[in-house]
Amino acid sequence: MPAVNSAPLLRLEGIRKSYGAVHALNGVDLEVRRGEVLALVGDNGAGKSTLVKTIAGAHTADEGRILFEGDEVRVSGPQAAAELGIATVYQDLAICDNLDVVANLFLGREQVKAPLAGRLRRLSNAAMEQRTREVLAELSVTTLRDVRRPVSGLSGGQRQAVAVARAVLWGSKLVLLDEPTAALGVEQTDMVLGLVRSLAERGLGVIVISHNLSDVFRVADRIAVLRLGRNAGTFVRAESEPDDVVAAITGGRLLSGAKAS
Amino acid sequence: MSAVRADAPGRDGARLGLAARLGAARDADWGPVPVLIGLALIWLVFQLLNENFLTARNLSNLVLQVGVVGMLSLGVVLVLLIGEIDLSLGTLAGMCAAVVAVLLTNHGWPTWAAIAFAIAVGAAAGLLQGGISVLVGVPSFVVTLGGFLAWQGVQLTLLGNAGELRVEDEFVRGIANSYLPSWLAWLLLVVAVAGWWADVALRRRARTRLSLTTRPLSHDVAACLAPAAFGALVVAYLDGYFGVPWLLVVLIGISVALGALTTRTQLGRHLFAIGGDREAARRAGVRVDQIRVLVFALAAGLAAVAGLIAVSRQFAVSTGTGGGTLLLEAIAAAVIGGASLFGGQGRVYQALLGALVIASVENGLDLLGKPSSTKDIATGAILVAAVSIDAISRRRRAARGA
Ligand SMILES: Nc1ncnc2c1ncn2[C@@H]1O[C@H](COP(=O)(O)OP(=O)(O)OP(=O)(O)O)[C@@H](O)[C@H]1O
Ligand SMILES: [Mg+2]
Repeated sequence: MPAVNSAPLLRLEGIRKSYGAVHALNGVDLEVRRGEVLALVGDNGAGKSTLVKTIAGAHTADEGRILFEGDEVRVSGPQAAAELGIATVYQDLAICDNLDVVANLFLGREQVKAPLAGRLRRLSNAAMEQRTREVLAELSVTTLRDVRRPVSGLSGGQRQAVAVARAVLWGSKLVLLDEPTAALGVEQTDMVLGLVRSLAERGLGVIVISHNLSDVFRVADRIAVLRLGRNAGTFVRAESEPDDVVAAITGGRLLSGAKAS
Repeated sequence: MSAVRADAPGRDGARLGLAARLGAARDADWGPVPVLIGLALIWLVFQLLNENFLTARNLSNLVLQVGVVGMLSLGVVLVLLIGEIDLSLGTLAGMCAAVVAVLLTNHGWPTWAAIAFAIAVGAAAGLLQGGISVLVGVPSFVVTLGGFLAWQGVQLTLLGNAGELRVEDEFVRGIANSYLPSWLAWLLLVVAVAGWWADVALRRRARTRLSLTTRPLSHDVAACLAPAAFGALVVAYLDGYFGVPWLLVVLIGISVALGALTTRTQLGRHLFAIGGDREAARRAGVRVDQIRVLVFALAAGLAAVAGLIAVSRQFAVSTGTGGGTLLLEAIAAAVIGGASLFGGQGRVYQALLGALVIASVENGLDLLGKPSSTKDIATGAILVAAVSIDAISRRRRAARGA
């Protein structure tokens, strides 16, 4: 392994977040390295989505530190996250149904050319389409043939592929995925998990939320468990059993068995 | 890793069977075709009922009639694109018309200053409404409903007791009452067509260079020839009366500019994104709030121009200018032209075609000597029919997952 892999890409310390009276996160710590898939698991309402949104800049934490590539950062908004190299694939996907695949991939970062300034610059549609084809080919996504179709006509897996490709396209360093395989069939789940692995193989850090432990054990290098807004153990996939993780999720035992160093 | 096999049909039509082709045709985005067919039918019926309908003189009138609603519908389609509504644009046009009249007639301002000021007033009013809607979070329906009442109040105040103000200014009167000399009309047509051809060719070259799929050459040739032939027909026909009205040039010019803005620029892409899924756009880094406010201001500025056209048509401003069913007709025009009330769907120039549908019905029924009550019923029926056809086709498309 290269030396850089020892320093974490992202490190969270003592993150707290409340929605009014609801304490969604009560001091969560987390670490992700480059080239690693970290699965984030926990029961409904454990705070997984909230944590991911904090990293993604969808909202800011009340307390706690975020270190990205060793430096403390403030992720004040989605734009700030994007500038750091953090891309997010949300549970509700957040893609625009009326736009085609290319437009969705480049949304907010369109390739433009002169004349005129600011947001009145012309779109380079052909260049964007070509780049889209390249990225889809790199990720071995073969399900998206017609990139000029509105995404409203795509299947769940295809939409996930669009969202993931967006992260790669933007040269992200860290990709967050919130339940990417929920509501997918067997084949499409396969495809998406393959995509997730290929992100890590490209050297990106990946955090993936999932309720499906068999998916988690297929794709993750490490597994972090949240319970009621707190850390409830971290497991190295190769050294743990699904039962240990289930126990941590349900609070049967507060396990930190096979704890990652 | 495993990959799911593609099931999407190939793009090359040559090898597709007839059934597949028909299916593809049904799934395709029909663009302006439905509204054009509707327009052709309406024109045919009125021509059969009254042989004067398709005369150069009447079509020239029709162009002038479509002016106010058409200009207003251009603003409406922008607002609909981002999934909002603006109910104030009609009375806002009336208020701006009153502003121009007061400045010109009572205060003797120079023409250009009065016009610029009125458009600025309109844009500022839109900025205010958009700002309140976005910053305070009041639905645009409510804010602009308030605006609808308030701007009418301002208009009445400006017009005072007389309730009417004549405008003698030659330029303002000329907007809807002057015509291009024949040579200029042909020159403009040639320039416009040349520009369009260059655009089609450049787009084709850009795709070929990056070895992307291009549509069949015959498509591009048709896309070049059809507008040229149609434009030549219009110019030649209108030349048989007074010539091409300046108003037509203004309408087409502004809709081409707005069309380019919406379909070719980053800002335009963001308008569609906001209308499609505002939250997704926001998360992607689109400056949603800023753009929403901007659109309200832009639509209001266009409404001010519509007000100017109304003044030019009537040589005066009255308490009724910009009121009545005007705004509803403009919304109907945008919707007949294919804009969706739910946002993210619509084309600028098709709104103009929708306005032409409405104006044609009114004009035709006028020719037949029908009262305005009949016109209202007919316009209402056409609106519902147009939207129903659209809804049915959309549902069938959705059912097939296309
Ligand atoms: N916008 C919000 N306003 C108020 N409370 C919220 C909001 N979002 C989340 N919560 C609350 O915060 C807690 C954590 O929610 P979160 O969505 O992070 O859970 P989760 O682990 O993603 O659950 P799931 O597995 O069901 O997606 C829950 O109690 C939830 O009700
Ligand atoms: Mg969640």
